[in-house]
Amino acid sequence: MTANNIALPGDSDAAGLASPPHGEGRALAAQPPSQLARKFAGRTTALGKLLRTTAFKLTLVYMTVFALFAAFLLGYFAWNTRRLITEQITETVDAEIEGLSEQYRLGGIRRIAFAIENRSRRPGSSLYLLTTAAGEGVAGNVGSLATGIIDNPGWSETIYRRVDEQDSSEHHALVRVDQLPGGFRLLVGRDLEERERLYDIVLAAGRWSGAIVLVLGLAGGFFVTRRVLTRIDAMSQTTRTIMQGDLHERLPIAGTGDELDRLAGNLNAMLERIEALMGGLKEVSDNIAHDLKTPLTRLRNNCEEALRAAKSEGEYRLALERTIAESEALIRTFDALLVIARAESGHARDNMVTFDAAEIARGIGELYEPLAEEKGVTLKVEAAAVAWVHGSRELISQALANLVDNAIKYGARAGSADHAEIVLAAAERGDRVLLSVADGGPGIAEADRARVLERFVRLEQSRSESGSGLGLSLASAIARLHGGELTLASNHPGLVTTISLPRTAAPSPLA
Amino acid sequence: MRLLIIEDDRDAADYLAKAFREVGHVADLASDGEEGLAHALDGQYDVLIVDRMLPKLDGLSIIGTLRNKGIETPALILSALGQVDDRVKGLRAGGDDYLAKPYSFSELLARTEVLARRHGGREEMVYRVGDLELDRLSHRVTRGEAEIVLQPREFRLLEYLMKHAGQVVTRTMLLENVWDYHFDPQTNVIDVHISRLRSKIDKGFTQPLLQTVRGAGYMIRDGK
Repeated sequence: MTANNIALPGDSDAAGLASPPHGEGRALAAQPPSQLARKFAGRTTALGKLLRTTAFKLTLVYMTVFALFAAFLLGYFAWNTRRLITEQITETVDAEIEGLSEQYRLGGIRRIAFAIENRSRRPGSSLYLLTTAAGEGVAGNVGSLATGIIDNPGWSETIYRRVDEQDSSEHHALVRVDQLPGGFRLLVGRDLEERERLYDIVLAAGRWSGAIVLVLGLAGGFFVTRRVLTRIDAMSQTTRTIMQGDLHERLPIAGTGDELDRLAGNLNAMLERIEALMGGLKEVSDNIAHDLKTPLTRLRNNCEEALRAAKSEGEYRLALERTIAESEALIRTFDALLVIARAESGHARDNMVTFDAAEIARGIGELYEPLAEEKGVTLKVEAAAVAWVHGSRELISQALANLVDNAIKYGARAGSADHAEIVLAAAERGDRVLLSVADGGPGIAEADRARVLERFVRLEQSRSESGSGLGLSLASAIARLHGGELTLASNHPGLVTTISLPRTAAPSPLA
Repeated sequence: MRLLIIEDDRDAADYLAKAFREVGHVADLASDGEEGLAHALDGQYDVLIVDRMLPKLDGLSIIGTLRNKGIETPALILSALGQVDDRVKGLRAGGDDYLAKPYSFSELLARTEVLARRHGGREEMVYRVGDLELDRLSHRVTRGEAEIVLQPREFRLLEYLMKHAGQVVTRTMLLENVWDYHFDPQTNVIDVHISRLRSKIDKGFTQPLLQTVRGAGYMIRDGK
């Protein structure tokens, strides 16, 4: 019942280690002979793999434990039964000896001999032997006994043969010898066949249950292991596909809600995230290719143009100044991209503090108010007394500055009527702190709102304004870094951009 | 002004040295960290310009070693790492200013000159430029006989400009030192603040004090 006995072809493990993985072996169904060896290796591998699985090893452990338990139970049962039988025998023998002694006391040797003869004739009788002090038999049904038994009063086990028995087979018996007054010796005993039969039964039961445990355990182990292995193999297969670059694949989920399903579910969620990140990366590189290469081309064209056509120093100077302006715009775009990348990777989480977002709003309002005024827009700040948030003061300021800058650039134009107004608000709502910028400009059509949060997207009507096209995606990335979000909504007319952040408790005065 | 430029990019270092010499400064070069530290230890410099990433010994370690030895020569760190936390790390290591690459020379020059002068220190209670007076204690600003009423931020803007009177201060320097923002505000918001301030202190006076330095920034000085 040990693991060694049931180990299948002994070297399958070694073969498993040296051979190609299971899946490959399976795929080689109808292959030229040169590959048959590999196919065979593949099959032993499958077996080897099966034996090496955790599920199978667990089965073996369980089987061993179960077998030990069964053996203990059987042993306990046998021991108890044996004790019971022995007790019964002793009780019967004691009673008979008492009865016969009584007969002897009442009617002497003749009466007891008579009683013994009588009892001997009953079916299933006990063993009786009455001898003289010298050992000569007087009455009884015992033909032969082990030597010396009759001389030792008390309990003993012996081999015996009955008088009337034809065969020469010997039996075991438990006997008691008693000294009667007058030198006679009385032996009464019971056959132990019952006890031996019990022993045989227990042995057989042990053998059978052992075999059953072994067979059922192994079969169950194989079955369970195969099931687990099939699922794991399916997972491995998918994983390999994914590793080859197909990120759309997902691990199969059996729907049983077991631990493998949970694992697969988590891995799928992880893949989802990786795919999103990869998608983002691809999108960024595409956008970089487009939006950084365009100004780079302009830069280069400027220089080439100057080299080819510029005649005077003034013309050269102009070209160089244009070049510097272009490169500054490029650096700006690049910086914004870096901030976004940092925010999205979560790197900027160091240096986070608890600060008052209302104060940030007032600060940004103060910074942009003169600019707004110059553009003919009123910038109004409606900030709560305090609104505590946890994060990077600098990044939140930057995000808010971008929103205000956008509102001044794009939100003011349509409001050319009398006076355009931009409202910068900081308020607490429930467990959120909302930083919002509302303008009365043309707004953004609902269909375009999700798109403008992407990097570099600038709607056609805004192409004329300077800017990297990264303002909103930067604000969005910063909001997400802080566990919040950036939303766009209509201001009827105009646009409201809102950064919603988790509110935190006020810092303790000691901090 | 005597400068030590510790920069391993030969071209960049040569360009900087040439540019500084053109505007009348003395510039020494060191191309790795150990050489730079040796120079900084025995030379008398007004400002050190230290690249953050250097062969043999990095920029922050050089500054750390100098500060441990009690040498307080102002140091400006140049770095490709321009995020706020990088800057904080640089300043914590003992740097006095931090400039992210790529930078314009005018920005570097303005900051270097401010650092060199800061060493002497202009920390009087009353700043005077021409007939313009700023009292840091009572927060009163007067020009000639007239009192000028400024918003708190305008006061701090003027205070910073007057503290560095006669020196060019760039828009970024103003944004960093007056507003304490280290990001790019997209539009030149500072220009509008300056023109507001200018209208308060220069309007109606024959002698303008607040000047725009083309391609660099602003400067306040007595134009006589």
